Amino acid sequence: MIDASGGPLYELPDDAPPGASPVGQPRAAARDDRGRPTTSVGRPRAALMITCLGDALFPAVGLAAVKVLEKLGVAVDFPGGQTCCGQPAFNSGYRDDARRAARAFVRAFAGSQSVVSVSGSCAAMVREHYPRLFAGQPEEAAATALAARTYEFSEYLVDVLQVENLPVAFKGKATMHHSCHTLRLLGVAEQPERLLQMVDGLEYVPLARARDCCGFGGTFAVKMPAISTAMVDEKVDHILETGADVLVGLDMSCLMNIDGRLRRRGCAMPVKHLAEVLAEGWRA
Amino acid sequence: MSRATRAAFDEQVGRALGDATLQEVIRDGQDFMQVFHEQARGELDWPALLDQVEAVRSHTVENLDYYVDQFAANVEKRGGVVYFAATAQEARAHVLALARQRSAKLIVKAKSLLTEEIGLNAALEAAGIEVVETDLGEVIIQLAHEKPFHIVAPAIHKSLEQIRVLLSAAAGEELPADPAALTAFARRFLREKFFAADIGISGCNFGVASTGSVVLVTNEGNGRMTTTLPKTHVVVMGMERLVPDFESLEPILAVLPWMGGGTRMTSYVTAISGPRQAGDEDGPEELHVVIVDNGRSAILGGKYQKILNCIRCGACLDVCPVYRKIGGHAYGAAYSGPIGAVLTPLLDGFQHHPELPYASSLCGACSEICSARIPLADYLLELRADMVRLGSGSGAWQFGFRGFAETAVRPRVWDAAERLAGVAARPLTAGGAIRWAPGLPGLWTRTRDLPAVARQSFRRLWRRRPSDARDGEGTGGTRRLP
Repeated sequence: MIDASGGPLYELPDDAPPGASPVGQPRAAARDDRGRPTTSVGRPRAALMITCLGDALFPAVGLAAVKVLEKLGVAVDFPGGQTCCGQPAFNSGYRDDARRAARAFVRAFAGSQSVVSVSGSCAAMVREHYPRLFAGQPEEAAATALAARTYEFSEYLVDVLQVENLPVAFKGKATMHHSCHTLRLLGVAEQPERLLQMVDGLEYVPLARARDCCGFGGTFAVKMPAISTAMVDEKVDHILETGADVLVGLDMSCLMNIDGRLRRRGCAMPVKHLAEVLAEGWRA
Repeated sequence: MSRATRAAFDEQVGRALGDATLQEVIRDGQDFMQVFHEQARGELDWPALLDQVEAVRSHTVENLDYYVDQFAANVEKRGGVVYFAATAQEARAHVLALARQRSAKLIVKAKSLLTEEIGLNAALEAAGIEVVETDLGEVIIQLAHEKPFHIVAPAIHKSLEQIRVLLSAAAGEELPADPAALTAFARRFLREKFFAADIGISGCNFGVASTGSVVLVTNEGNGRMTTTLPKTHVVVMGMERLVPDFESLEPILAVLPWMGGGTRMTSYVTAISGPRQAGDEDGPEELHVVIVDNGRSAILGGKYQKILNCIRCGACLDVCPVYRKIGGHAYGAAYSGPIGAVLTPLLDGFQHHPELPYASSLCGACSEICSARIPLADYLLELRADMVRLGSGSGAWQFGFRGFAETAVRPRVWDAAERLAGVAARPLTAGGAIRWAPGLPGLWTRTRDLPAVARQSFRRLWRRRPSDARDGEGTGGTRRLP
């Protein structure tokens, strides 16, 4: 179940410098004198994009992502100027309001190397829509540059850090909701599955009609709640059919929708962001 | 938002969601088509094929004035008569005049979305002319007095029993619940109509500009009967339904049957080049081609131009998770699913269909499958932006997003707003969830729990990390997250 109270909060052991584990090291990255991966300009640095929902409702996901990234040797930063990427306004047609929020967002991440988002949809907003939203505007270059260095969490681990194995254990069966924007706008599909397959003891159960939308759709969920509910109901049916012990995803907005319906239907199945599964099962 | 439209939309949605049989029928239909979508990709070099389809369609649409001219000239060269109708009203009036001049009492029709779009049947029937649809699916929905549920399979929503009841009423006897027997009845019933009809009306899948040929892609043979038996054949077609030549039709004819019906090819591909020519054994004495604009030229040259690339394969309906729940009737027009959600407001004005651009979760399955590579999901976003720009957004949303933007650019105010939301949500929170909320969140909590607002937002937790762990540099040292 999503822990909405703000916990669990991870206690990082004092004696475990990030990246000290021999496994889970980026393949291509060089190592510094302490065995930590470095890039050509030193240690990989990433700014966490927590997203508005993640900040207010799911801080545990952010903490989990930070823990995993740091364990993998990444220096994580959190630019405090970030609020919301503007997607709710953008998707509803309020371009001017979206652009205002997005402009502040671009500015907030101005100094960061890579940006890692715990939401595929928000990463897709930056990557797919920012360049067009700012076309012909003074921020166009900055927005396009931000788009080019923004990654979804699992994508960053697999494609940038080139993680090939992880010191993570999980006992049980997991299924996964891929989330439409992660799948179709970012083209991230196999990265999270590969990461799950690296988890010791985790049995991955594919979901029927996995590519179908869960019915969240941002304001769609409240503009057309009856349709949205019918959609999430079918998703929940397929999830329950798998007999999995946990539903894993890459986007808390979709997971919030699925979790909310699961709870309302009286189902106790836990729903977790991939970062939580990795952080909680990290053997350190 | 126009209340009447939204109410009609909601009513159709409610009806579809409450009909368990219908839900199953739509689901089965989509699951069935998914198998063929995958099979097609396995058999053919799909991306290369779609490149060709897209190239042909985009080229034709970009040069539509040229190809419409060429097509019309070649139709006339073969003895056909071409009429340009700027509006639906003009098209209806012209066809009605043709029927009246011929004292037509009975008209048979092959399946045509365009005639649905312009409401042709109603206009002819109001003039006392009997109009009989001859595509089996169209026969069924005509007997049921309904609109097409799906652009390719208009009666996909009808169960065998429902079809049996409808056809039995037409037959005046109880027919068995046996598809073969029902089809045999339809065949007998339609055969008489074909022979008695004064006029046959068809649509046009594609007009071949280089020859002036009208190409029909059909399965049942009714298209050929409609277009050859009556003395007069009237083609009613959208002005964008053209291809330069037969060669450019090839990739389209490879894709369309797969996506439309899950087959490698259809039973019939008919190319009609003019009325009966000297030496022909059959065919109509006269051929009239009505080329309908009805909003299309307003789309040309604009940001939505690619919507005219559509080959009407219906694949977007077959993958749409919203269509999967609400079916075709909620779209309130000839075109349903994602293509309908985009095309109908563009053709008919979105003040008449304000709910359609929002009838999507923006999942992008439609853009992904589209045979003509139309960016349908992007178009839905554009339509929403256009609607807001033209002032059709509601005051509450407008106010809400203005406030959102003002807050989003001020991280401290944002932080305070988050805390305020947390305080407001606390009395509603029990067991880590909110089961009831007022206002907008209440539309969510009607059917779903909302998560509690965290006591400490991530930004606050982060601030409490020791500074050496926060700067992103020397994180190798000891620190403890709060």
